[in-house]
Amino acid sequence: MFKLLKYDDFLEYDEVNGTYYMASDQAVRDETEKFKWKNAGFTFLKDWRLYVMLIPMIFVYIFWKYMPLYELVAVFKQGEEVEALDRAWTGLENFKTIFGLGVYKGSLYSTQFWMAFRNTFILSFYGLLFGFPFPIILALFFNEIRSNVLRSILQVCVYLPKFLSTVVVTSLLLAMFRGSNIANGQQVGIVSRFMLLFSSSSDSLLYTEAQSGLLYSTAYFRALYEISNAWESAGYGSIVYFAAVIAISPTSYEAAQIDGAGKMQQMRFVVIPNILSTVVIMLIMKIGSLLSVGYEKLYLLCPNTEYNNYSVATVVSTWANYWSSGEGTSKTTAAYGMAGEMTNNLIGMILVIGANTVAKKAANVSLY
Amino acid sequence: MKRKMEVSELIFKIIAYIILILFALMCMYPLIFALAATFSEPEGVNKNLVVLWPVSTTGGLGFTFNAFLVVLQSSQFWIYYSNTFFVTFLGTLWSMFFTIFAAYALSKRRLMGRHAWNFFLVFTMWFSAGIVASYNNFQRTGEIFASFVGGSSMYDMDLKWLVVIAMGANATNLILMRNAFEGVPSEIEEAARIDGATEFQILWRVYIPMSKSTIATVALFFGIGRWNGYFWSYRIMGSTQSYNWPVQVYIRDFIDRYTGLTGELDTEELSKGTPPYGVTWDTVTGNAKSVAYAMVLLSIIPILVVYPFVQKYFAKGVNMGGVKE
Repeated sequence: MFKLLKYDDFLEYDEVNGTYYMASDQAVRDETEKFKWKNAGFTFLKDWRLYVMLIPMIFVYIFWKYMPLYELVAVFKQGEEVEALDRAWTGLENFKTIFGLGVYKGSLYSTQFWMAFRNTFILSFYGLLFGFPFPIILALFFNEIRSNVLRSILQVCVYLPKFLSTVVVTSLLLAMFRGSNIANGQQVGIVSRFMLLFSSSSDSLLYTEAQSGLLYSTAYFRALYEISNAWESAGYGSIVYFAAVIAISPTSYEAAQIDGAGKMQQMRFVVIPNILSTVVIMLIMKIGSLLSVGYEKLYLLCPNTEYNNYSVATVVSTWANYWSSGEGTSKTTAAYGMAGEMTNNLIGMILVIGANTVAKKAANVSLY
Repeated sequence: MKRKMEVSELIFKIIAYIILILFALMCMYPLIFALAATFSEPEGVNKNLVVLWPVSTTGGLGFTFNAFLVVLQSSQFWIYYSNTFFVTFLGTLWSMFFTIFAAYALSKRRLMGRHAWNFFLVFTMWFSAGIVASYNNFQRTGEIFASFVGGSSMYDMDLKWLVVIAMGANATNLILMRNAFEGVPSEIEEAARIDGATEFQILWRVYIPMSKSTIATVALFFGIGRWNGYFWSYRIMGSTQSYNWPVQVYIRDFIDRYTGLTGELDTEELSKGTPPYGVTWDTVTGNAKSVAYAMVLLSIIPILVVYPFVQKYFAKGVNMGGVKE
């Protein structure tokens, strides 16, 4: 049914000598060009199974990854009609409202949006600052443990928090950091009790905050959130670095030993230089995802606007969520939320692409 | 001859051992705490006296099975638990199904428009529409599915199914899988092809057995993601389809309502006597916290059973979180 180009096709008949001769390059190219699409179609049909295999993936991605982008039309619309397309176009009016530009200067939505945006950045920036070194240190420590059994047991333990659900983690956090005046006559959580020992007077900030629940306190929320995040992900994050550490050839250590290097010097001149590329790549990738904060945990720690930690725990996605469900919300406020998320995610996208480009240039490594 | 250990090395080793063991204990603490609180007398839990083991306020061991038995005997809890099993089992199967097939196709150099397909995938990692747009989209797609069973809104369908089908897309896992398949030598594929293997046979008999560690890792990631999923199940089902809730949503709801851990207890609602969703705890006000921890414990156990066996594949399977050199 389909004609593949064969060697014969490039032979031409010389009528004078009665022999065949090889066609010129140009002729071959012309001939190939003539059958280009036919050949493409042929290879397509030959490998049709590959394209069939893609269909389920395409179905899922179109429906639940790309169709949500269509919903973003509502960002440029105004009104309460059910279908976003039925509403009137307003251009960038929704963005102006949440940015607080022009007549919207200082409006409720704009102050809240900027607060959420700042929180997004601050929470992930602190996470980068304090959470980044822990996995590397853990990996170096794991390398010191010679017993495989003990190391496996320890690894199983430290990876575990990553696999606990956010509901479990936040419930236990709330139990440990709870204050005494929240529920009826029940005492403070164990960490709060521990904190109370340290606060000298009963009118110090720590004392009053520990009494009213540390996780709901604006002063301590960020620190506790970062600590719990580091606890959750340090063990799991060490996998990458540990793989890099054990990939170092034993001959490197031996060479350093022969040169008289002690343990610390081996660490300094063998291990660190060898895992540095991994560290740099991970750092670049982390910077790239600076604006994507896990919203599930923050939502569970601050489910609505009535909580005291609202002003520090609200990130753009949870803020948008508040304005799209529950009392006092409408299609208009939902559109504000969408506009906020779109801004956040667009900047995030620029960061990710930038980080990937840098990683490609610096280490010839691409995440994709 | 044994090498003599230097002082600096010794100190470093000791520090490493101490910190790692302490950190490992810290990581196991939620489990220890949940165990202690489950089997402790309710009074000790309510007064937050439980730290490492069950406590008693009246003297004696303070060890009781009461809360655990309440949960085990509650038919309500098992309904939510089986919902989670349903979503986890079918969801992981569905995710693995389209991930393995797509990863196999994308790993082939002869696939036409390979770069375009990869961009199609990677773009979802770069930009997402956000929670609000995604929710609207779930409503829309839910309506489409509901119309197959003669409904007009998303609540007319069993939303468990929507959660199973709609939540499985994860580009990172797909790329992880694709990279593993790309690592399979093409000579083996050619040899299989010469022996007369079809495309599906090559995938099933060659590629899948050769990338077991990645498949185990990715399946675990999907499975854990399903098991732990809270936000979207809650957001989509709301209180309208509370009977379809996975156990995570139920635990959080229970803690909100009866334990006062997350805010003020609504004593007015509690005094009415008949809690919502047909929960029938005999001593709701007394041992609610122990009961909550028993549920937490039961929700952790399946993870503890499965994950340590897959953990050994991580280093090989994760391969720098999908970084491709």
